[in-house]
Amino acid sequence: MSGFNAILGQSLKLAWRVGGGALLGLLFFLAVVIIMPFAVGPDLKLLARIGPAILWIGALLATLLGLDRLFQADLEDGTLDILYLSPLPLELAVLAKGLGHWIATGVPLIIGAPVFSLFLNLDGTAIAGVTLTLLVGTPALVFIGIVGSTLMVALQRGGMLLSILVLPLTIPVLIFGVSAANALNSASATISAPFSTPFLVLCALSLISLVVGPVAGAAALRLARD
Amino acid sequence: MNLSVTDVILARGERQVAGPISFSLSEGESLAVRGPNGAGKSTLLRALAGLLPVEAGRIDLAGKGISDDAPRGEHCHYFGHLDGLKSALSVEENLSFFKQLYGTDSALLSIEEALQEVALAHTSSLPVAYLSAGMRKRVALARLLLNRRPLWLLDEPTSALDTASQVRLGTMMRNHLGAGGMIIAATHLPLPGGTETVLTLEPAQVDTRMIEEAWL
Repeated sequence: MSGFNAILGQSLKLAWRVGGGALLGLLFFLAVVIIMPFAVGPDLKLLARIGPAILWIGALLATLLGLDRLFQADLEDGTLDILYLSPLPLELAVLAKGLGHWIATGVPLIIGAPVFSLFLNLDGTAIAGVTLTLLVGTPALVFIGIVGSTLMVALQRGGMLLSILVLPLTIPVLIFGVSAANALNSASATISAPFSTPFLVLCALSLISLVVGPVAGAAALRLARD
Repeated sequence: MNLSVTDVILARGERQVAGPISFSLSEGESLAVRGPNGAGKSTLLRALAGLLPVEAGRIDLAGKGISDDAPRGEHCHYFGHLDGLKSALSVEENLSFFKQLYGTDSALLSIEEALQEVALAHTSSLPVAYLSAGMRKRVALARLLLNRRPLWLLDEPTSALDTASQVRLGTMMRNHLGAGGMIIAATHLPLPGGTETVLTLEPAQVDTRMIEEAWL
């Protein structure tokens, strides 16, 4: 397991050092949340109703932000060759990278979400709902995104292509995440389902992607080996 | 421990790069791969490490401590043109990553000892971004000393190294061969230690010859 810890530790260090993506993701999240009230206008009720959706979209985009470079940087500096020759199975290597990315960029989003919710006129339970659904749902976003990230290595491309490939796949997570968050939001309670159903589906999506993501990611990396 | 390569044909995409190549190597022996640019030297080294599939032929690594189920790459140190170092991390952090990744059960030298071997002990807390090209190369060479892996595959190991560092690399290679290791290097300089076999690859031509066997 020392290899797993090594990759996890390295991803965390890289994310928090100069030029790392951790703070960038959080600031991007903040920017998305802040511009929304300007676009929507001074309708506080409307803002409270769509608040969870805005936070979820912001978190989704911020999560995808650093993902395209995650494996491409390793390809360019030769770390990938060293990973291929390590005794650690590639699946676990991808899992470690994904966990590292989630801790470095996902957790700050979850911590920031309650504060940013205030910009969107959310009340206490709604803030709790958004934060809880982000905590449970962001691993799904990371591990769906990581498949795209490894594909970028195989395709030798990056940037927007990742978002185009990955965004459609995150729609189920977005649907269940936002609908669970809305169930706790008094401003939109009348139009939403009960909390537990979408929340449990969201949990399931995260668990499934936690398993499928590393396996598919490792397959893409093997494809890219040349 | 013995590496045998039989009628290996290398290809990149649809294009055949080199082959058929045949040679064998035993403990304590080194092989220099020569040839002009584009002759397939790097491709051969990558194929030996298992980073590239071979088009045809067999590569077998057999001997004590080599199990059939582990991929061949787990017995190789591949030292390519890319050094695998992260500029934002310190020298020590980079080396500790390699050491942990390759597992503690194959551990050889400590990070401090490995850095002393390449005369860079004073840089251990510096970020790699501050190092010159030659120093980066030496840090990457220190990686080979952290874990014991019998087969070293070195792609132009002397490029960017000054004379003193080339001598140190020579010592490193001699020690590795003396401990029963094997070295295959794509290089234009003579390899240190024991008998040297030279494999010359010709560009875009299906002909490889063992041209000389010399004592150094």
